Amino acid sequence: MIRAPDRVTRVTIEERLTTAETLPASERISRISEPPIIELDRFNAFYGDFRALLDVSFQIPERKITALIGPSGCGKTTLLRCMNRMNDLVRTFRHEGRMTYHGLDLYARDVDPVEVRRRIGMVFQKPNPFPKSIFENIAFGPRVNGIKGNMAEMVEQSLRQAALWDDVKDKLNQSGLALSGGQQQRLCIARALAVHPEIILMDEPCSALDPIATLKIEDLMRELAKDYTIIIVTHNMQQAARVADYTAFLMMRQDRAGELVEFGDTDTLFTMPKDKRTEDYITGRFG
Amino acid sequence: MAATSAEYAVTYDALRRRPFRHAGELVIKAALAGCATVSLVTTAVIVFVLFRETASFFGDVSFQEFFLETEWQPLFTPVSFGVWELVAGTVNVVFWSLLFALPVGLAAAIYLSEYAHPHTRRVLKPLLEALAGVPTVVYAYFALTVITQTILRPAFGPDLSFFNSLSASLMMAVMILPTIASISEDAMANVPRDLREAAYGLGSTRFEVAVRVVVPAALSGIIAAVLLAIARVVGETMIVAIAAGSTPNLTLSPLQSIQTMTGFMLQVGLGDAARGSVEYNSLFAVGAMLFMMTLALNIGAQMLVSRFREVYE
Amino acid sequence: MASYETAGPQPTLRATGAVARRQAFSRVSRYVLLAATLIGVGVLFYLGFETVQKGAGRLSWGFLTSYPSRAAERAGLRSSILGSVWVLGVTVLSAIPIAVGTAVWIEEFAPRNRLLTLVKLNIANLAGVPSIIYGILGLAVFVRYLGLGPSILAGGLTLALMILPMTIIASQEAIRQVPPSIRDGSLALGATQWQTVWRHVLPGAMPGIMTGTILAVSRAAGETAALIMIGAFTFIAFDNQSVFDDFTTVPVQIYNWTIRPQEAFRENAAGAIIVLMVAVLSLNLAAALIRERFRQD
Repeated sequence: MIRAPDRVTRVTIEERLTTAETLPASERISRISEPPIIELDRFNAFYGDFRALLDVSFQIPERKITALIGPSGCGKTTLLRCMNRMNDLVRTFRHEGRMTYHGLDLYARDVDPVEVRRRIGMVFQKPNPFPKSIFENIAFGPRVNGIKGNMAEMVEQSLRQAALWDDVKDKLNQSGLALSGGQQQRLCIARALAVHPEIILMDEPCSALDPIATLKIEDLMRELAKDYTIIIVTHNMQQAARVADYTAFLMMRQDRAGELVEFGDTDTLFTMPKDKRTEDYITGRFG
Repeated sequence: MAATSAEYAVTYDALRRRPFRHAGELVIKAALAGCATVSLVTTAVIVFVLFRETASFFGDVSFQEFFLETEWQPLFTPVSFGVWELVAGTVNVVFWSLLFALPVGLAAAIYLSEYAHPHTRRVLKPLLEALAGVPTVVYAYFALTVITQTILRPAFGPDLSFFNSLSASLMMAVMILPTIASISEDAMANVPRDLREAAYGLGSTRFEVAVRVVVPAALSGIIAAVLLAIARVVGETMIVAIAAGSTPNLTLSPLQSIQTMTGFMLQVGLGDAARGSVEYNSLFAVGAMLFMMTLALNIGAQMLVSRFREVYE
Repeated sequence: MASYETAGPQPTLRATGAVARRQAFSRVSRYVLLAATLIGVGVLFYLGFETVQKGAGRLSWGFLTSYPSRAAERAGLRSSILGSVWVLGVTVLSAIPIAVGTAVWIEEFAPRNRLLTLVKLNIANLAGVPSIIYGILGLAVFVRYLGLGPSILAGGLTLALMILPMTIIASQEAIRQVPPSIRDGSLALGATQWQTVWRHVLPGAMPGIMTGTILAVSRAAGETAALIMIGAFTFIAFDNQSVFDDFTTVPVQIYNWTIRPQEAFRENAAGAIIVLMVAVLSLNLAAALIRERFRQD
């Protein structure tokens, strides 16, 4: 439960930018008890000369929902896209530091980004189904990855997992674009599930959807978290509080680089934040 | 069911590049890059072919004769290779075709950009574009038969030779109308609304806004359009070869028979000049000159177009 | 309440004097400018009408199936129509793969460096090279150097080079219309770049590529000067059977008949023009229909 302040006082720019006595990292960035599925060790991301992420270090637990929150521009999406090497597509991108997946360096020379992206899937902010039939949308992933098997069964299974089967089982040949926004996003989730990923990255998946569709997706997330690891970027603090097991709070520094301020169990982070900046953000003094 | 560790054991091997797939991608990328080199090779070969034979040509004919003499008579004695007669022919048709096409094209552009209802524009623009899609040999036929015989002969009487640059120029004016109109209209459409609204706010009429505000603001785009139109006229062959004649003539008169650079080139192509002869090589010398002229015009136009695009975007 | 005493005429919102003149001028200018816009089209219609009048009489099955002849009444378009079809076939088969391949390389794979800028600049310049220069190129390289002679193959390859720039540019445009979100979605599923291009980008760009191709073919169908330089201005009285045959095309035949002094040949030319224009207009119409059918806005 988020503690409501007695009176919300605005933080002035000076107050915000002066980093007051910061706690050492070990105190505000919790370590998790199980082995992490993804671990970052002083990870930095650059677009040319511009540093987008500064020394990000934390662990992401397996089969839980981890939320990345923070005000605009703090690098949450950049961080997410680094996890499935989508930032490789940006020509000026480079990184420093380590990001490991099951202990293996994701950015090692020999690693094939295409393989990475099969295991770490992504759902985007604006639903982007292909201009093909619903069936073809789902079948595309297994086909290009050479996953053998009965395609019709695989499509049905993915759609069931995404809680979309009942809605579309009679119209698999219809265009994916004919669905509503919420259904399209679930189609995109089903599409990602069809290649059997371990992790699903979600970049503000509900920001283009109405509240009812949003709740459906959140329910779906909780269902999926039983079998998959979910990492979600969200603008919406309440969503993080509703859905996430763990939360990471990032903020933009004065030099516009993003840094990890706090990471921990969601309940703890929202009720007893360790860092003052976290507290200010949660209580709405800025953001 | 999600991936179980047994199913997708995450080892370095699993994450490493698949050699076949990787090699396959490289082969495809190489093939595509190969396609792109075709265009580069084309230019290289054009330049090579033109300039090699031109060098040969200048082995037989001096620079002074080519650039300073004013008679072009490659076949009959006294043989002379003054290129200005051919250039004059080209300039002749450029002048007369622009004289007709520029005001009309500009007027059309102003109408489409400043006056026309969007629905009207959607109908008129393709109609105008159709003028550019007519094969030039068809225009050539029109010029020779209909225009010269039906219109000009009656009008000008015996002063007008059967082959004359006016008929060709008129047809080329029609042919380049879409070029001038389209690109000028493009340039005018890029002029921001605020400029027009400021003028309207001061009490200008639509015509005044168009002529005093929009046209000057779009000037670099309009000049680009004119340069491109000139380039098209300079490079045009069939209309001049058929209707304007094949007599080199150092004149700007529209009533006489002339020969343009392109007309001469076609004449050599139709004849059987022996390979290596001066006449054969003169084809390439004139061709090289034509190539450089159109290149300069096109590059000039492109530079202007990128300038007007960047100013307003 | 004060009453206003006005000295002079009552104020009015209607224009008077100089302002009225300017506005009247502006109103008239609308019609003058509209007339200017329509002049070109009007002239074309008039000329077309005259030509159809002259040539329609010649149109007959016999005209389409006879070979050229010294006697105007017996001359026909048979060999030129066949020649046109053969040449355009070679042109399309050789130009389209290279054009689309180039466009894909430029838009999807090429590293953004100076070489790419050079390639793009070069293509833009090639688009403005006069067709007769392509004819010289074809003559020197295909006819002479490669020894293909004045054959359909030489003509087709020459026209292919001529339409390459405009087809590349049109394909580039079509590829750029495919939204980046489609590519993102495909790549995020573990598809390679080529798989994404082959299964999503190219299918999405296909209408635009087809439109560009059809317009380029229409341009090549009407081309005369380049093929004359190749050697298509010959008397062909047989059906083409191989790409190594000598040939002629409809536009070259039109040229052939137009320059003859006899009126009867002019009529033949007019008839041939009707045939050519029907083909060109159909192609342009097809392209426009495809563009409209697949427009997404």
